[in-house]
Amino acid sequence: MNALARGSVTIAGVLAAWQVFIWVSGVAPFMLPGPWAVATTWLDHVGYLTKHATITGAEILLGLGLGTGVGVISALAIISFAPARRWLMPVLVVSQAVPVFALAPLLVLWLGYGMASKVTMAALIIYFPVATAFLDGLRRTESGWLDLSETMTGGKRPFAVLWHIRIPAALPGLASGLRVGAAVAPIGAVVGEWVGSGAGLGYVMLHANGRMQTDLMFAALGTLAVLALATYFSVDWGLRRLIPWQTETAPSDREISGAKNAQ
Amino acid sequence: MIDPIANPRASGLGVRVSGGQLEFGGIPVFAGLAFECAPGSFTCILGSSGVGKSSLLRMIAGLVPNSQGTIIASDGSPLSGRIAYMDQRDLLLPWLCALDNVMVGARLRGQPQERERANALLAQVGLADQHHKLPNQLSGGMRQRVALARTLMENRPVVLMDEPFSAVDALTRLKLQELSARLLAGRTVIMVTHDPMEAARLGHCIHVLSGSPAALDNGLYPAGPGPRDLSDPVVIELHRTLLGKLGVVV
Repeated sequence: MNALARGSVTIAGVLAAWQVFIWVSGVAPFMLPGPWAVATTWLDHVGYLTKHATITGAEILLGLGLGTGVGVISALAIISFAPARRWLMPVLVVSQAVPVFALAPLLVLWLGYGMASKVTMAALIIYFPVATAFLDGLRRTESGWLDLSETMTGGKRPFAVLWHIRIPAALPGLASGLRVGAAVAPIGAVVGEWVGSGAGLGYVMLHANGRMQTDLMFAALGTLAVLALATYFSVDWGLRRLIPWQTETAPSDREISGAKNAQ
Repeated sequence: MIDPIANPRASGLGVRVSGGQLEFGGIPVFAGLAFECAPGSFTCILGSSGVGKSSLLRMIAGLVPNSQGTIIASDGSPLSGRIAYMDQRDLLLPWLCALDNVMVGARLRGQPQERERANALLAQVGLADQHHKLPNQLSGGMRQRVALARTLMENRPVVLMDEPFSAVDALTRLKLQELSARLLAGRTVIMVTHDPMEAARLGHCIHVLSGSPAALDNGLYPAGPGPRDLSDPVVIELHRTLLGKLGVVV
């Protein structure tokens, strides 16, 4: 059975258990609506939800781009220039020591209720995993490759070595950082929306919550989950295409013991 | 067809090391080490593990920053830019195909890539039809042959080899020894090995490195070019002598 089929079965099972729980417990719909009610609400509001999902999606993608860009540049600067190492490393660590969520109200104050504060929020969350993972990759270049390039160039072309050897060698590391970034980017965008916004899925959820429209809240939550999964799997797929030489020593469908899974 | 091997620079450059000093954690590895090899000769250096064979080679390659001493070519100039280095690991870049790996030196130096010569070299190591493959699609022996082609592509008069065939199986090793002896003829080769038989087959000059701080013996100079046949009495006698020098009683 392939992964898609297994995933579908799991989701169907959870939905069924949820519906059964609603029937058995008789819980009030404003506390917990059933999956069927959520689905019909989603269909009723599909245009409204799509409009806000587009905004949240744009915030996620822009945040991902901005955070990755700044993270990659930071890592390259730190590895290439000694002063950057001394000045930027503390910034990198502090950027994570300050709880980023605590900055959300400030970002809204400074950048307004629009998309800018949400994009910055997402970028801030993504920046650290991307920068540290890439930096780690750049630092751990196979020493034999560096020796070889030393004898080939006489140590006169450090930037060519960086471009042709160290950066490609660090791409698998950058990819791990990007996967983490893709998984946490939606959190940044939604937290930004919760603090203050007039659009986006976070806004929809807060708004629906205030009016006891719990079914709409769940519909928005489901949409957000789909958006987050789509982001993660697109990034993962893109990275696999970009780094075809990276062989997984323990593919996800093989167990550590080496025992083969029954298909 | 162009001859990828012939090169005027490739002939006649010896290596001379004098007063070689190196310490590791306060313990002297070399103190006043002297070493010389003749232009165009194939020198093998044997020794027990950890005695400093690789360090000597890396020192000659200029890869040990805290070493001292004079390392010059026989023309009196430094060696920098005139050596090619081959490790026991193939050190192929996994994101480049075999052909691009062979040409990686030019890529790093920002020079035009001589595709035709690289292809000819791959053909010479028996990989003419594998040029487009990534390293992980090649066997260990094939990867080491690509590494040999990359070493030859550099076209340097001095070639340093650090146990180049120790990681491949016995049969592949014999084939690679013959291939290297043939393709590297005329260049000054310094090869570190732990295998006395390999040294007995290939070396024009065979040194044993021993002691602490390590020093080289006077060396054996067997007659005739390599690769010698395994059944050659010279090889059998050399092998016995070398085992004796390494402390193995036969």
